[in-house]
Amino acid sequence: MAETGYALEARGIVKIFGNHVALDKVDFGLKPGEVHALLGENGAGKSTLIKILTGAYQPDGGEVLTEGVPVTLNNPQHAQTYGIGTVYQEVNLLPNRSVAENLYLGHQPTRFGLVDRRKMERDSIAVLARYGLNIDPSSELGAHSVAVQQIVAIARAVELSGKVLILDEPTASLDRNEVERLFEIIADLKKTGLAVVFITHFLDQVFAIADRVTILRNGKLIDTKTLDSLTRTDVVRLMLGKDIAFSGATKLEENRPLGDVLLDFKNYGRKRSVHPFNLTIHKGEVVGVAGLLGSGRTEMARIMFGADAADEGTVSVAGTQTSIARPTDAIGHGFGFCPEDRKAEGIFGDLSVRENIVIALQGKLGWFSALNRDEQMEIAGRFGEAMDIRAASLDMPVKLLSGGNQQKVILSRWLATDPAFLILDEPTRGIDVGAHAEIVRTINRLRDEGLALVVISSELDEVVAYSSRIVVMRDRELVAELNGENINPGVIVQAIANHKDGAQA
Amino acid sequence: MIRRSLLKLANPQLLALIGVLLINWLLFPNFFRVTWQDGRFFGSLIDVLNRGAPVAILAVGMVGVIATKGVDLSVGAVMAVAGAVAATMVVAGYPAPIAVVAALVVGLLCGLWNGILVAVLDIQPIIATLVLMVAGRGIAQLITEGFIVTFNDPLLIYIGTGSFLGFPMAAVIALVLMVIVTLVVRRTAIGLFIEAVGVNRAAASLAGIRSRMLLLLVYSLSGLCAAIAGIIVAGDIRGADANNAGLWLELDAILAVVIGGTSLLGGRFSVPLAVVGALIIQAMNTGILVSGFPPEFNLIVKAGLIFIVLVIQSPLASRLAPPRIKPVAKVSAK
Amino acid sequence: MSIITKLALAAGLATALSTAAFAQDLTGKVIGFSQIGSESGWRAAETSVTKQEAEARGVDLKFADAQQKQENQIKALRGFIAQGVDAILIAPVVATGWEDVLKEAQEAEIPVVLLDRGVDAPEDLYLTSVASDQVLEGRTAGEWLVNQVAGKDCNVVELQGTVGSSPAINRKQGFEEGIASAANVKITQSQTGDFTRSKGKEVMEAFLKSSNGGADICAVYAHNDDMAVGAIQAIKDAGLKPGTDILVVSIDAVPDIFTAIAAGEANATVELTPNMAGPAFDALAAYLADGTEPEKFIITESKLYTAENDPAGEYERRKGLGY
Repeated sequence: MAETGYALEARGIVKIFGNHVALDKVDFGLKPGEVHALLGENGAGKSTLIKILTGAYQPDGGEVLTEGVPVTLNNPQHAQTYGIGTVYQEVNLLPNRSVAENLYLGHQPTRFGLVDRRKMERDSIAVLARYGLNIDPSSELGAHSVAVQQIVAIARAVELSGKVLILDEPTASLDRNEVERLFEIIADLKKTGLAVVFITHFLDQVFAIADRVTILRNGKLIDTKTLDSLTRTDVVRLMLGKDIAFSGATKLEENRPLGDVLLDFKNYGRKRSVHPFNLTIHKGEVVGVAGLLGSGRTEMARIMFGADAADEGTVSVAGTQTSIARPTDAIGHGFGFCPEDRKAEGIFGDLSVRENIVIALQGKLGWFSALNRDEQMEIAGRFGEAMDIRAASLDMPVKLLSGGNQQKVILSRWLATDPAFLILDEPTRGIDVGAHAEIVRTINRLRDEGLALVVISSELDEVVAYSSRIVVMRDRELVAELNGENINPGVIVQAIANHKDGAQA
Repeated sequence: MIRRSLLKLANPQLLALIGVLLINWLLFPNFFRVTWQDGRFFGSLIDVLNRGAPVAILAVGMVGVIATKGVDLSVGAVMAVAGAVAATMVVAGYPAPIAVVAALVVGLLCGLWNGILVAVLDIQPIIATLVLMVAGRGIAQLITEGFIVTFNDPLLIYIGTGSFLGFPMAAVIALVLMVIVTLVVRRTAIGLFIEAVGVNRAAASLAGIRSRMLLLLVYSLSGLCAAIAGIIVAGDIRGADANNAGLWLELDAILAVVIGGTSLLGGRFSVPLAVVGALIIQAMNTGILVSGFPPEFNLIVKAGLIFIVLVIQSPLASRLAPPRIKPVAKVSAK
Repeated sequence: MSIITKLALAAGLATALSTAAFAQDLTGKVIGFSQIGSESGWRAAETSVTKQEAEARGVDLKFADAQQKQENQIKALRGFIAQGVDAILIAPVVATGWEDVLKEAQEAEIPVVLLDRGVDAPEDLYLTSVASDQVLEGRTAGEWLVNQVAGKDCNVVELQGTVGSSPAINRKQGFEEGIASAANVKITQSQTGDFTRSKGKEVMEAFLKSSNGGADICAVYAHNDDMAVGAIQAIKDAGLKPGTDILVVSIDAVPDIFTAIAAGEANATVELTPNMAGPAFDALAAYLADGTEPEKFIITESKLYTAENDPAGEYERRKGLGY
């Protein structure tokens, strides 16, 4: 069995949560001395796979092998004994202990049964020097920058484990120089024969450091390839699942007459969140927003709705310049917003389906024009039926509904307010096929009824199918606006993958 | 409709109240005897209503706060402040109605202060209200200069000890307050909004609910209720006792709300059931007093009974109990 | 009431309250006084009476409020020692931890008098201790009741202080001693009223219900006056006459109970005098003059007041003291 030459290997891994298949027969092999990027959108199964490789989860099928030998990893500490160390996005060390203590926590050198502090600090200096750090090992870890803490975490993981290093979004909170420094260290470690798994959302970084890449989508392995055989466009296409239907043909009526201008965002932006963008939205059109996770698409939606206040630029509604500093302003203009994180920002889990549907309308009516129970039942019933919400009763807590039905409830909530403009952030993520179809049908219906919609989605086929126009976000910036023939997955993938200096479609 | 309201009556809180009253009756056979005396009802049951009224009133204010995932620790101290204001003002010669209004305004301002700390400065409620819990009693002592300020004002005494249609005034005030607050929160959208903010403040904000205004409102109401309770307690003993008025009652009020089925994690709440919770607590207190137990057992007995009540209401117990509503087959709405 | 009026009243009262014969003179002596704080009305009265007594004797009193903290008291004592005062009065907040600072005072040859509460320290470290006898207070109340009912059967309900507190334990014990000789007087119910008016009232209400509407109660004994004031209101609410239908006897002698006695609604109270300083100054005067060693434990008088002791006048005399 030991013919593979893999330091760490996963074969046919299956992981099931409830009736949701998180990983479906995934293979993954990691060679010594390589940096292997693991890519995929949210929910693709990256973190589940990592947790299985580090022993945090047990697979429901398949096996994990280290150096060709099948092993059972009971927990991350156990995985460490097989040479597998992990560094997470959030440094999980002890900020109020010294650097040396953090390096050796649980493995302190001892003398006569006592911690040999002097030896520990001496050794620490040597270890840290190898990572280019010249800091006092007796200083508090928390006194150093996140980057230094990150490197200490890496040093600890490598010292304790030594064969495999898993880096889970290590660069998320680092600036450009710090990232470069981190990459130098990773390159050095690679030379020593360490196998590195690297998880990130930033394609630039993947191309800068990785040798091979494994792409997951919806719990399935899409491909494992060497990076020199791939272009950025290929990678995006693999991530977003556009390996078929690149014909560019869409069923869109080419010259749909545009409705009146409803919204006009000019140089609209928010510092450290979204670069200023220009966007005009007409009645009766769907503006699709494409872009990878972390590209600024959700942030754009939030400032449009006033969930975060824009700090530059202007917005006009139906030709009149106005201010949208908070959601109530937006709702007053007839906006609605279905957030990406349904559970955290969308539903009121303990409240009934009925209350969840009427809440935004009631919010608009204010404290004192209360809808009575019968009116609430009527409204909830009407919109519930129109959206085909499957619930035993309108009085049951919404948390007992499936994800798809919860999404329909939130959509019904906004439809009940008779909106002019809806922002839907990933409206179809993680929901069943039936609900998915219902929501796509609803988007089309609303567009035909003259609503303006902005829909953010990672499902390119879907976006292409219902969008009148598509804007592409990259690095917190609106980088392209696609019309007519350009509304096809190939062009979108191109736009997402392009470097900043690339052509604007 | 009638069946639904009957079903509502059979909730654990009312059953617990009846249970405690029955235990009292076993320990003291005359517990349920109510006589008419000097133009008012007289008996242990009336004592439960009368003595339970201050905590019930606090609970009416507290339940809204807790439903928003907050807590108001300052109500006991606000009671002392309000009582001190009312008492010192009548002693200084102000007309009683003005003294009462002043005390209520002071209570409202105390609540508003808490609300600002929580809603505007985003301080955790337990810490925000702790400030006034500690400072309030000191303020009350400053107002009374450390005395028990005694008074003979007929209005204040009537509020504390009078009777209306034979029922103790304190209980009547508690009932009226409960009915008004229940109507206001349920006939307007305020109740729904409070629950929405308590369940998920982020979602509430995105759904266009002004959660700040709402928080200011519930904390102000809690302060107002505390002031009302403070005036009653002062009127009852004809004096404002800054050291002892309302001491530890915030804990009884929180307990009443929790016994009334409102989770400390916020969300669903019921004003009437919180009042029932206050009556359960008082029924225990009165029961202990009439039963003749040595006082050393008071706290143990009370803790034991509360433990039983809470266990009966726990999710575990409801899972063990047979389901009351049959699961309905999945059908489309309507 | 403003501070000014209080002081004015206090000045006028000083002579009335001081029972001391001015055998020796303390004029011009500097005496430090470390007070616990002002947690109760009685404590406030003790402070004002002490100041009056000092003024009447021409003592230069250095007052230090410890705000319930022993560390503050120790600091205050060290300060007094450094200033070289002639004597020190202290009302200790706790019983333990005084040995070191008392030794320092002894080495500086400054006599220390304990007020109101004792300490766990060798007796030779302080000159004397002035305190009331809580058991005696209870016994005085009990004996008064036995005399008052004169052989008739009498069921007594008792309103105890806070469970486990030393006044509650001692006053209960003393009262039981006081009525031990009389088989006709017995305690039928006893509950805690936490030394507060409202709890006193609530407990009395319950007692009345469980005693046949109060018909079976002959007297109520409260461990402090505040609870008695609450009980009086409960008795009135039940349609009975306090002081007549049910006798009321309590301890402390705060101003409000004299109003009740004057109105015939309470019958007797036993004084816990706030004048601990008077006997202390007398002892100090004798000691500083010719080294006369006072008794180690000076017990203040536990005086009984009834309607015959000019209750209205007693009220006037006390109301400015800060109760």
